[in-house]
Amino acid sequence: MPFEEKVTWVNLVVAVVVPVAYFVIVLGRLGDVSAADISYQRPLLIAIGASIVLTIVGSVLAGIGSGISAELHGRSASGEFGNDERDKQISRRGDLIGFSVSSVGMVGVLALTMLEYEYFWIASALYLSFVVGMVVGSAVKIASYRRGF
Amino acid sequence: MGRPTRVTNRIRALRFDAGEMTQAELADRVGVTRQTVIAIEQGRYSPSLKMAFQIARVFDVPLDDVFQYPKGKS
Repeated sequence: MPFEEKVTWVNLVVAVVVPVAYFVIVLGRLGDVSAADISYQRPLLIAIGASIVLTIVGSVLAGIGSGISAELHGRSASGEFGNDERDKQISRRGDLIGFSVSSVGMVGVLALTMLEYEYFWIASALYLSFVVGMVVGSAVKIASYRRGF
Repeated sequence: MGRPTRVTNRIRALRFDAGEMTQAELADRVGVTRQTVIAIEQGRYSPSLKMAFQIARVFDVPLDDVFQYPKGKS
């Protein structure tokens, strides 16, 4: 598996696991307090921070794994870690589709804002749009690596 | 696994003819990752014109000897 694909898998897993944990924790509080009083800021900031840290740690581990694998198979590391034209095309394709999905979600966020929903719902919709875009973008990249394009 | 491109190639045969050149060796000479060479060989990726010429140059053959595109409907 190419290093770039491994990093994409890391992005996908982080983009699924962290938001799911965030929404389970925060939405679980809705039963006790109203949306206007829910304290979502800290969990949201922790979720964003955790996503960044986990992505960096996961990418480093993927790099170490690729290096060890190349060494074991007697291959040059440069042939495993490069970011060539195919990687760039796949990355652009995934980012474009992911961004398009996020943009559609932003229309929903705009609607919530115009309808003067609670900040909690606006922030949650914004975060959800972002992570769904990330998930779709990462899935497109993995599909492109696996099936070609 | 699908075959999304109609462009076919003879890279595997050309590697064999060139002293059983490995995919890694070809990748190093063209300046791409080994996975990209594998994807091209399997028809999962159509390289850019520049990369196609670079591959043909490694084997010292014309482009048509490496890549083919079927006649008929485009």
